[in-house]
Amino acid sequence: MWKLLQIELFKISKRPRTYIAFIAVAAIVFIFQFAFKVDGQSYMDLMLQNVKDTFTFDRVQAINGYFMCYIILNTLIIQVPILIALIAADSISGEANMGTLRLLMSKPVSRTQIILVKFAAATVFTVFLLLWMAATSLFLSLYIFGVGDMLIFRTKGDESQILLITRDDIMWRYYAAFAYAAVALTVIAALSLLLSIFAENSIGPIIATVCIVIVCTIISNINVPVIDKNVKPFLFTSYLVGWKGFFYIGTDIDGKTIKGSLENWPAIRKSLGILIAHIFILVALSVAAFKKKDILS
Amino acid sequence: MALIIEVDHLSKKFSDVYAVNDLSFTVQQGDIYGFLGQNGAGKSTTIRMLLTLVKPTAGNIILFGKKLSTNRSDILRQVGAVIEKPDLYKYLSAYDNLSIFAKMSGIKVTKQILMDQLQMVGLKERAKDTVRTFSQGMKQRLGIAVALVHNPALIVLDEPTNGLDPQGIADMRNLILKLSREMGKTVLISSHILSEIELIANRMIIIHKGKKMVEGNVAELLDPLHTLVEIETLSNASAKQLLLQSEWAPFVQQSNALQLMMNKAEVPLLINYLVTMGVQILSVNSSHSLENYFLSLTTQSGHVEAFAN
Repeated sequence: MWKLLQIELFKISKRPRTYIAFIAVAAIVFIFQFAFKVDGQSYMDLMLQNVKDTFTFDRVQAINGYFMCYIILNTLIIQVPILIALIAADSISGEANMGTLRLLMSKPVSRTQIILVKFAAATVFTVFLLLWMAATSLFLSLYIFGVGDMLIFRTKGDESQILLITRDDIMWRYYAAFAYAAVALTVIAALSLLLSIFAENSIGPIIATVCIVIVCTIISNINVPVIDKNVKPFLFTSYLVGWKGFFYIGTDIDGKTIKGSLENWPAIRKSLGILIAHIFILVALSVAAFKKKDILS
Repeated sequence: MALIIEVDHLSKKFSDVYAVNDLSFTVQQGDIYGFLGQNGAGKSTTIRMLLTLVKPTAGNIILFGKKLSTNRSDILRQVGAVIEKPDLYKYLSAYDNLSIFAKMSGIKVTKQILMDQLQMVGLKERAKDTVRTFSQGMKQRLGIAVALVHNPALIVLDEPTNGLDPQGIADMRNLILKLSREMGKTVLISSHILSEIELIANRMIIIHKGKKMVEGNVAELLDPLHTLVEIETLSNASAKQLLLQSEWAPFVQQSNALQLMMNKAEVPLLINYLVTMGVQILSVNSSHSLENYFLSLTTQSGHVEAFAN
């Protein structure tokens, strides 16, 4: 399996389209960093206009590397699934399109191994893309904007909240958030892989993946009780932004934040469990579908 | 000789159509086995079933004495294949392509092995060039290198001469003969270029609409007893009517032309008979090439049954 994974990663590394995702992420991050470096103050004024009389904070210092990364991640989480789909949806369909699938399948490697290796390679790609996001949106932002305490603007129910996390309590939250995002995006990779089994070129599964993500995201954001109760809990998109939970710091009875705490760790744990269950189900479906597939391309 | 391939009542149904229907044949060790049929006859589907790309609807495949469905990996380690045009990773070099498929075949890959293989197919100088810069012939040769790199005992070639120029076809033919005669490989080769099969195969099968039409030694199938004789006369219709009412009737073919499948030695007697009966003959052509034989089989079902019986 390790040898097969090495081969798969080698193939991915040699494909030009692999680097589109890295270039896209870098471009978006750099634009954000440039905009905030030039005119971040306007954004901060807008966000704090309702609380300017009750909340005192150094607004220049508020735009620091930690804050920048949070803002960027909030935006990128919508686009990154598309970038993941670019590679994962090409896994089987790309081989079928090139005509290499039949050669691949005539080798003494089982179909289950092929799917597991393709999935593992897509997961490695996802992790590398997140590491790249961390490098550009977090570490580069820290270099450009410096270190400071972090403000989180949050809407909870009908009320808006501003949470303050001290600088020595942030980094572990980012590590945890990126790990969570890796799991969440791996669901997208598994979905793309499953769809790629049924196609002869990668365009179809890429579009299908994006459509499914968009439709499910819209459903996840519909606030109707019957959907809240019966549909949302089963949609993976309901949990894609669960990484934010690591930045919702716990508070005491007086409303003071508790360093190192999380507001709702059980909810995060449950979300992770559901995402991992999605991965297992999608990969199992992929194996079952691929084992039945006649290679006619 | 040991049996390398045993196909037993193999069928494959797509929706309501049988691509392969109750097909049985055997290939012996050292054979160059020609697998013939028109486009859509079921050749590729059969080969894909032999390589586990397509699952049979019914029947069994035994390779090297083992059931394919339960010994897939063990068996495929001993099989090399070129399936139609050998599509490879266009963005990778010839060396990288060969290396990848060699590793997947389960052998210990060394640079020497790969370069030797590339040299054998005349691509050593282009080892580092990406496949997208290769001509069809070069891709075909690289496909052969991929099929042979793990030294398989059985080589399956599905239409290997597709897209090749005459020199490429000749090179391919020589390579197949070399693999069989010098290296003792068993080769299953499908093609619709029948003259190619005629030149290299020792045994063959012809399939039509998924069914076996005939199987046997090429030499026997080219027996002069089965010479196709085509006669052109001033009035083919009346000449045909005359023959159908004579002792030659069993040999007359069901076609628009005046054709007979007969022993070549009896052609002078036939001509003599026609002349005696006042038929004015314009030309007589006889042929026993596999190509004519193949065409006669696959275009005239009546003859097929007569021959097969």
